[in-house]
Amino acid sequence: MPNYHGLFVILSSLLPCIIFLIVFISIDGFIKGVIIQNHLPNSLILLGQEEVDFSVSILRNNIHNLQSILSLEILSTDSANSLYNYYFFYRAGFLTLTICITTFLAYLAGKKLNVRFDARRNVEKILKFIFFVFSIVAVLTTFGIILSLIFETVRFFSQVSFSEFLFGIHWSPQTAIREGQVGSSGSFGAIPIFTGTLLITAISMLIAVPLGLYSAIYLSQYARPKVRNYFKPILEILAGIPTVVYGFFAALSVGPFIRSTGESLGLTVSTESALAAGLVMGIMIIPYVSSLSDDVMTAVPESLRDGSLALGATKSETIRKVIFPAALPGIVGAILLAISRAIGETMIVVMAAGLAANLTANPLSAVTTVTVQIVTLLVGDQEFDSPKTLAAFALGLVLFFITLALNILAMVTVRKYRERYE
Amino acid sequence: MSKNINSMMLKRQSAEKRFRFYGQASLAIALIMLVVIISSMTYRSIPAFTNYGLNLNINLSNENISQDNINYRRLVRDNISLLDSGCDDRKCRKEFLRLFSSGAAYELRDTIENDPSLIGKDFSKFILFSDDADLFYKFGIDNSLPESERRLNDREITWLNGFKELGLVEKRFSTNLFTNGDSREPEIAGVLGAVIGSLLTILITLIISFPIGVLSAIYLESFAPKNKLTDFIEVNINNLAAVPSIVFGLLGLALFINFFGMPRSAPLVGGCVLSLMTLPVIIIATRASLQSVPPSIREAALAVGASEMQVVFQHLLPAALPGILTGTIIGLARAFGESAPLLLIGMVAFVVDIPGSFTDPATALPVQVYLWADSPERAFVAKTSAATLVLIFLLIIINLAAVILRKKYQLKW
Repeated sequence: MPNYHGLFVILSSLLPCIIFLIVFISIDGFIKGVIIQNHLPNSLILLGQEEVDFSVSILRNNIHNLQSILSLEILSTDSANSLYNYYFFYRAGFLTLTICITTFLAYLAGKKLNVRFDARRNVEKILKFIFFVFSIVAVLTTFGIILSLIFETVRFFSQVSFSEFLFGIHWSPQTAIREGQVGSSGSFGAIPIFTGTLLITAISMLIAVPLGLYSAIYLSQYARPKVRNYFKPILEILAGIPTVVYGFFAALSVGPFIRSTGESLGLTVSTESALAAGLVMGIMIIPYVSSLSDDVMTAVPESLRDGSLALGATKSETIRKVIFPAALPGIVGAILLAISRAIGETMIVVMAAGLAANLTANPLSAVTTVTVQIVTLLVGDQEFDSPKTLAAFALGLVLFFITLALNILAMVTVRKYRERYE
Repeated sequence: MSKNINSMMLKRQSAEKRFRFYGQASLAIALIMLVVIISSMTYRSIPAFTNYGLNLNINLSNENISQDNINYRRLVRDNISLLDSGCDDRKCRKEFLRLFSSGAAYELRDTIENDPSLIGKDFSKFILFSDDADLFYKFGIDNSLPESERRLNDREITWLNGFKELGLVEKRFSTNLFTNGDSREPEIAGVLGAVIGSLLTILITLIISFPIGVLSAIYLESFAPKNKLTDFIEVNINNLAAVPSIVFGLLGLALFINFFGMPRSAPLVGGCVLSLMTLPVIIIATRASLQSVPPSIREAALAVGASEMQVVFQHLLPAALPGILTGTIIGLARAFGESAPLLLIGMVAFVVDIPGSFTDPATALPVQVYLWADSPERAFVAKTSAATLVLIFLLIIINLAAVILRKKYQLKW
């Protein structure tokens, strides 16, 4: 089949060319920098590294146009011309090189073709390799996350001590930018943030677990198929509403409502109370609990249920004493996943929970969470060396590992459960 | 004996009823909350769909001007001053002007640019009130508060009541909400910029995550050898699906922006970050729908001499495509509603212009909701609710597309 022969030539010439291009794009900035640095006037270099870096970066952005290089007025007309020529030859040379390589490879591949050549198998080998590279992207993402978080976290811990971060009870990152107070005096103690996260997660679980479980029990065990087919998707809409909508609802309606109710009972309630954020988050999490629990309870073998009913147990007794224990590992898995979801949830707490890191277990007061702190530390102006910004990455690392542990634990329990009944 | 049994049975039966009731009640509570959220958003958004304004006479007849040198701000100001305010000092006139939207000049400019023949004529132009005046007509004002704590003072209220008595005030559907970008003035702020930003972002997400996701799912499902590396890849994918979205934002900030030097606030970066997030969803959906194709198809194709690759691309993939597309759309819908990672890569900027390319500064619709929710002006409450409705409406359309696709093309085996 000639198709495969053509495809073979295309793949074996274009693929190396694409790899070459990717490599080139990633070192392009560096090469431009070197060219520019050779053209900078001595007077500028004497001004110090910072000035040089700045000029290089703006020249790099304007290098493709002679007029804009001149309009920056960093270089004299001669050296600007020379820089532009250098750049032009560099680009042209690169283009020629790419075309040459591609043509050469195409020539080589074309020479290989003959009657006996099994083009199809070779093409499939190449395609398989491409697919493999794509499937590696997920792994690369994980590595990217871990590496970038660890890299910034290490920089953070070179300025703030490890024990202070993990065991300190005062969190006020804003003060640390002041001169002469770099990350000292206990302003990076993350304990109040962790307890705040725990408090809100606990409240949301108090809502989501009973409501989610009972809904799952009703839908999977009691409801007629027609009712079930109707209500299950509707319940799952709750998980499809964007979290920012929940956040707005919590901040606009639930927070003030809880506050006014509390005040009429004579309690002091903060408008940004942990209760408001936790309640709304709990509602959001309901389908995460119910959906998976529903699946595992439906997957319990029919024989167990029939046996129990045959012995005279009522439906609820069967559910509580037979089906529920049998499905327990799966349900625990579902709850673990829901907890991980609650810990990592951002928008609801950003909009409805507070910023003040209070060390308290009172659900009516304002607390802050890991995700809220990450957002507040990184939104807006940032300098990339201050411990304030780096602290966000340290918190991110903690968040990543906690959710990772919960996810893996959940996956293992669910898998064990599946193996038991398959 | 039988009495004991009877009472025990009664107890067990009432326990049965209770248990069933708990189930129904939980489901009911969850559904009621859904209704409450949607209806409270709808109810609160109602004021955002209308604006009050009045028809202002614009005098362009006695002035000898060309289109290029019109000072629209001054033109609006002069014509507003022709209304009877009873002012004689500057402060008073300034207060009077403050009742009208500062966007009126831009709207007048657009009108005249669309129809230059208006120059040299007198015509009337509908101009909007400012947000405070608008709210006054919509909700009235709390007179019990002292004048200094109110948004409008007594003189302004007298003017506004005067307009109403003269029958000048008119209520119109607010097209600004759908045709404008963001603004500091609630009455002219709209969601169009954010919607376009969201669409650009989602387009990048689709372009990146769809091919990579589908092809890597095909690899894992059909070609991957059973070994430790494959297991590792699978665990990775499953775990990535459950990583909090904000962590992807941290990755985007550290990797794409700080390391690769990509522009902040750009849909390009937002799309890259969201595609990493959507990738596992697409992979999992693709694998599930490849698995649902009966093995007999693969075996039949292999039996007549097709290669593995031909089996996948000529038989499995076409059969699994509806499922794959449904999964992709659902993944994209999730990315569409996502805001946390976008906050970290700078897509929270205040962007007035409607973004025209992938590297323009832009914001996304959910982020716009977040930004407006933070604004102190009271009129933004209704705007924010309206924006959430637009967001939910778009999501319903996207999900509906998925449902229709599945219903129409899914093969039954």
